[in-house]
This record gives sequence, structure tokens and C-alpha cells, in this order.
Amino acid sequence: MSSSSVVQFNIQVSADLTQNVKPLLHEIKHALDNLIETGQTTIIDLRSIPLAPGEEDHILKTLGLGEVQAKLDALGLSEIIETQYAGVWVVTHYNDENHIISRFIEITTMPEILSSQTEDIMAAYSRLAITLQDDQEKN
Amino acid sequence: MSEIEFLNWVRGPGFQIAVIIFIAGIIIRFAEILMLGRKANLAEPKGSEMSGGLHTIVSRSFPDKSTFQRSTFTVVAGYLFHIGLFVTIFLFAPHILMFKDIFGFGWPSLPTPVVDAMAVVTIIALLAVLAHRMSDTVLKFITTKEDYLVWMLTILPLVTGYMAFHRIGMTAPTLLALHILSVELLLVVFPFTKLMHGFTFALSRWYNGAISGYRGVQS
Amino acid sequence: MTNDFKKKKSQKEQTFGDVMRSQGVSRRSFLKFCAATASMMAMSPAMIPKIAHALENARRPSVIWLSFQECTGCTESLTRAHTATIESLIFDHISLDYHHTLQAAAGHAAEEAREAAMEENYGKYLLVVDGSIPMGNPGYSTIAGISNYDMLMETAKGAAAIIAVGTCATYGGIPHANPNPTGAVSVNDLIKDKPIINVPGCPPIPVVITGVLTHFLTFGTIPELDHLGRPKVFYGQSIHDRCYRRPFYDKGLFAETFDDEGAKKGWCLYKLGCKGPTTYNACATTKWNNGTSWPIEAGHPCLGCSEPDFWDGGGFYKSLSMPTENITQTAIYTAAGAVAAGVAIGAMNKSKKNSAIAAHDKTTIDDLEK
Repeated sequence: MSSSSVVQFNIQVSADLTQNVKPLLHEIKHALDNLIETGQTTIIDLRSIPLAPGEEDHILKTLGLGEVQAKLDALGLSEIIETQYAGVWVVTHYNDENHIISRFIEITTMPEILSSQTEDIMAAYSRLAITLQDDQEKN
Repeated sequence: MSEIEFLNWVRGPGFQIAVIIFIAGIIIRFAEILMLGRKANLAEPKGSEMSGGLHTIVSRSFPDKSTFQRSTFTVVAGYLFHIGLFVTIFLFAPHILMFKDIFGFGWPSLPTPVVDAMAVVTIIALLAVLAHRMSDTVLKFITTKEDYLVWMLTILPLVTGYMAFHRIGMTAPTLLALHILSVELLLVVFPFTKLMHGFTFALSRWYNGAISGYRGVQS
Repeated sequence: MTNDFKKKKSQKEQTFGDVMRSQGVSRRSFLKFCAATASMMAMSPAMIPKIAHALENARRPSVIWLSFQECTGCTESLTRAHTATIESLIFDHISLDYHHTLQAAAGHAAEEAREAAMEENYGKYLLVVDGSIPMGNPGYSTIAGISNYDMLMETAKGAAAIIAVGTCATYGGIPHANPNPTGAVSVNDLIKDKPIINVPGCPPIPVVITGVLTHFLTFGTIPELDHLGRPKVFYGQSIHDRCYRRPFYDKGLFAETFDDEGAKKGWCLYKLGCKGPTTYNACATTKWNNGTSWPIEAGHPCLGCSEPDFWDGGGFYKSLSMPTENITQTAIYTAAGAVAAGVAIGAMNKSKKNSAIAAHDKTTIDDLEK
């Protein structure tokens, strides 16, 4: 992860504050099971869960890093990381100022945002066509 | 009146009115009882009134064997809800905070789930004693309207407190306000109903014991 | 009609999708935007495709923002909504036609802009209000010589919906606090015939303001509201129920002071006056400042700023179960008075008893033989 999600204040965080990690990991396990059985994907918005200071980092650390780490430059940076558990992805969207604007855990074969989008492919096709036409005209 | 205004009223003026009536009522009733006096006993004392009286205050807290066998249900259910009331009223952290605000000192609390469970036990015990009272012909015959009122006012704070803690049915400020209001109702009627036994039990037990003590017999 | 105006008008007919495409925003970027928007609107990620579809076809709305008796904290909060790129897209899209704190024009020139926007978009514009309205004397707060009340009533007439932003606009707020010297009232005290969305907070969480705005802009509908007119997605659960310190409350572990062992260990702040149990807001999950932290995480009890009359709750540091009046004093005075009254009543009873004894005729054998 490129930046820590928690600004550290002079507040001691006791070890028993991380009560939300286990339930979330169980939820992920269920979602994985669902993906295997029915192919259904699950997206968990980390901003919708009440997390104690440091807990988000704890969750990310537990999930760890896997084989894929992709960067996306669209309205600011995005990081798409496959965790050490294949099928479990962490998608983090940043804005122009490099602040996290949203963070999702996606349980899927590949997050939708990584695929090329039909509209963009169509736009790319016409762009390429125009470029080739221009070249032809120049020659 | 918004729900927060309602909550602010029961925490403020409402509570003040209830406390005034409660304290004034208890003190006046005690003054009446004590000042009425007793006829001087002309018989020669065979023992100490004081020791007999004090002994009875404590000993009557425990049922003797025959009473227990005769009315096991009344004794067990009665104990349960009295202990339950003690735990829920005096050992719940937010309540202790209220006492601390008034008395200037507090005491340790029990974990919330324990108090929560105790509240359920108490509500069940209170429902059971009511069912028993209404199904037993003799008990039903001697039960007055006041008894039903007192039962109602005792169980209300428990039910509203349980609902407020678990946020059942209404919003949290309304539930909390209703809980405090139900306690205020209890405080207002307390000195003028049988609920007064919470204080006068000591006087009547002492008097019973003192008679025996004076005569030099076992109290 | 000037050329500028025509251009503006044609802009207004564009959908959000048109605006994004004309700015060269890729579909992938749009999807990212929709994901961030779903998160901002506190909606399930499963809603992302629906949001994308709705946004694609959303029309450019006119927004009029009125500020009355307020401290500008709500506007400050809004302009610090953390998702800069995302918000700028939204705010590029909406037409903020009047906001007297943010706009350059002032006085009559500004009022003309408001009137023009009202006329042009009658029945369709979105009205945002922050601040309470003084009813004591119209002179307490005026803009360009127009009283707050008159301006609100006039502008509300043609509004499609009203969003009351901040505790002052939603419940009267601090101006309404005891003894309410200006006779401050809230928007929904005055307007009964328009849909009103209440977004309370002192100030409201920035992304909650933008989330509610975005919801209206995206779907053109009012989100589901609670009994106080607040969107349930943000105000549906109490702070206490979503608080990460809740387990400590259940265990009976409390910070007793701001610097004791419990405070350092992050225990429950109930005893320090936390109003979390009676407060409905999104702080526990959405948090503040780019999701950095929120009051309870910073070690301070919740003030209950999204609830009515939070200013009059008997003190921020007095816990909810404590009475707000001085009960000790009440009890002592009552006891003193009651002892005197009790002695007097007791004495009366006693003299009644004595006179009854004195008046009592003993039955003699002579009486029986009669």
C-alpha cells in the first residue's frame, strides 16, 4: 500500500480494539465460497464498516500481497491489488491530491475496472482509424 | 415538543419534581409513623427490645423452612425480582453515574450483558408473580387496584430500560426519555403506596422483634 | 438574448454523460467515479451499475443556496469535501446560480442572478438552505434589504425540493438555543408544502452534504427519510451502535477522565458525556477529513450535534444518565422542608390522638346495666 490509511495521533491503541477484523475475514470467506459455487462476485465497501484506528491496516496486512498489482490512471490514481488469497482483490481509488476516496474489497476473478470498457474500445477504434487516415492523406 | 426536548425535560425539571415528591413523601410519612408513638408497656422487660428488633430486621430476610415449603413459588419469584431490581438499579454503570452525580460517590458496576440478562430474569419473575396472583383465587380476592398499579409501575422502568438499551420500536432519545419518565412515575407514587415497604420494612420488622425481645422470647 | 445566455442554456440541456464525454473522461474513469459516488452516497456497491445509468442521463440542474442565521461552517465543510476530483465533476455539472458566500457579485446584482435563475428554472431548481430564520424581528438578519423569511418563502415557491443543510436550518440550531433571542425557527417550521431533506450536523459531514446533493442530482428523487426528515442512509443508525468503542461500553470499561488509563486505552467515553446513544449520524463509518478520524476516535465524546436542541442538553460533559438539574441541592432543600412539614403534621396527628383519648368516655358497669 502506498500510503497508510491512518494518521497516527498520540493515542495508544490497545490490542483488543481490533474486533472487526475476524467478522470481515469470515465475510470474505463466504464470498469466496459463493464465487466458487455460483460465480457471483461480491464487493465490500470498507467505508461502510465502523473500523477502529489501525484496523484497516490490520485487515490489509492480513490479506497480504498476491501476484497482481495494477495501477490505473483515471481521474487520479487507482491501485488494484490481488491479495495472497486469489480471487480477493483490494481496489483503492485516489483523487488528484493522492487522498483515498474509496476502498473496496472485491471478491471476483478480475475487478470490472481493469477490463477495457466497450465505449473506450469503440472510441479507440475510431481514434486509430482517424490516425491511419491522416497518415494516408499525408503520404 | 421534539424528542430531544422531551428527553431534556425528563432529565431536568421532570426529574426534579419527581425527586421532590419522593423525598418529601418519605420523610413526612416517617415523621407521621414515628411521632404517633406507642403506648408505654407497663410489664417488666424480660429482655432487650433493641437486640430482638435488630435481629428480626435481618432474620426476616430469610424464609423459615415451613414458609418456604408452603409457598415456594412466592418466595423464589419474590427473591428473584427483588435481587433483579437491586442489580439493575444499582449495578448498571449509567445508573451508578446518576447516583454519583447526586451523592458525590459511586461504586463498581457489573458488565452490561450481566445486567441485561438480569433485567430479563426480573421481567419474567414479575410476569410470573402477576400470573400467579391472578390465577390463585384467594390471592386474586385480596388484590386491590393499587396492587395492580404498583406492579405496573415496577415493571415499566424494567421494560422501557430494556427497550432503550436494545433500541426496540422507537428512536433512542424517545426510548431513553420514556424510561426516565417511567422511573419518575415510580418515584412519585412510591411514598403513598405499598411500595413504601422498601423503607418501612425495617420499622415493622424491628417492632415485631422488639415485642419478642421485651418479653424475653425468641423473635 | 445574448450569445452567452444561449450557450448557457444549451449547456443545461446536456446530460451528465454528455458533459463527461465532452471533457474526455473515459468510461473507466466514469466507473471509478460511480464507485466513489456509491461509497459517498452510502449505497451498496451493487448499486454502481444503476448509478452509472442514472448519472449518464442526469440533467444539469440549477441550484440556489440561501444562507441565513449561520456561521458559514456548513459551507466551509462542503468546500472541504475530500473527493476533490469527483466533487469538481459534480459541481462542474450543477449550475450553482446563487450562493452569496461563494459568488463574486453582491447586493442587488446578486439578487438579480437569483431572480433570473428562479424565473428560468421555475418548479425545477434545487434550493439549499443553511442557517435558521429569525421570526422575532425581520431586521435581525437581512440580505440586500430582504428579510430572511421573505427570501425563503419567495425562493421556496418555485423549488422542486429543499435541502436544509446544518443543524440551524434543520432544527433552529444554536440561534434557537435557550433563550432563543431572535425567535429562530427551522426551514420545515415554515415550509410545509415542499419536499424537504434535512441534513443536520454542526457542521454536517462534508461527504454527507455532497452525498445527499449527488443523490438528488443522480436519481432526481428524495432519498428515504426518517421521522426527522433525515436521509436514512446517513442517519439510520446511532453513533453508539456503530461505534468501534462499543465493546468497552458492554464490558463496563470507561474512561473516567480525559487523561486516565482508560482514555489512553481507548475505552468508552459514556461517562465523559458522550451523546452517541441518542445521536443518529454517519461519523462512525464515514469519519471526517478524508476518513482520517472522527471525534470519538480523537478521544472526545459525541456532542450530539445532529439532534435537535443539542445545545440545551445540560452540558456536553454530563453523561446521558445524569440529571441536568442540581438534584443534590433539590434533595437537601426538600428534605429540610419535609422534616419541618413532617414534624408539624406529626404534631397535629398527635394532638388529634390525645384529644380523642381525652374525649373518650369509658364504659362503666352502670352503662351496661342501663
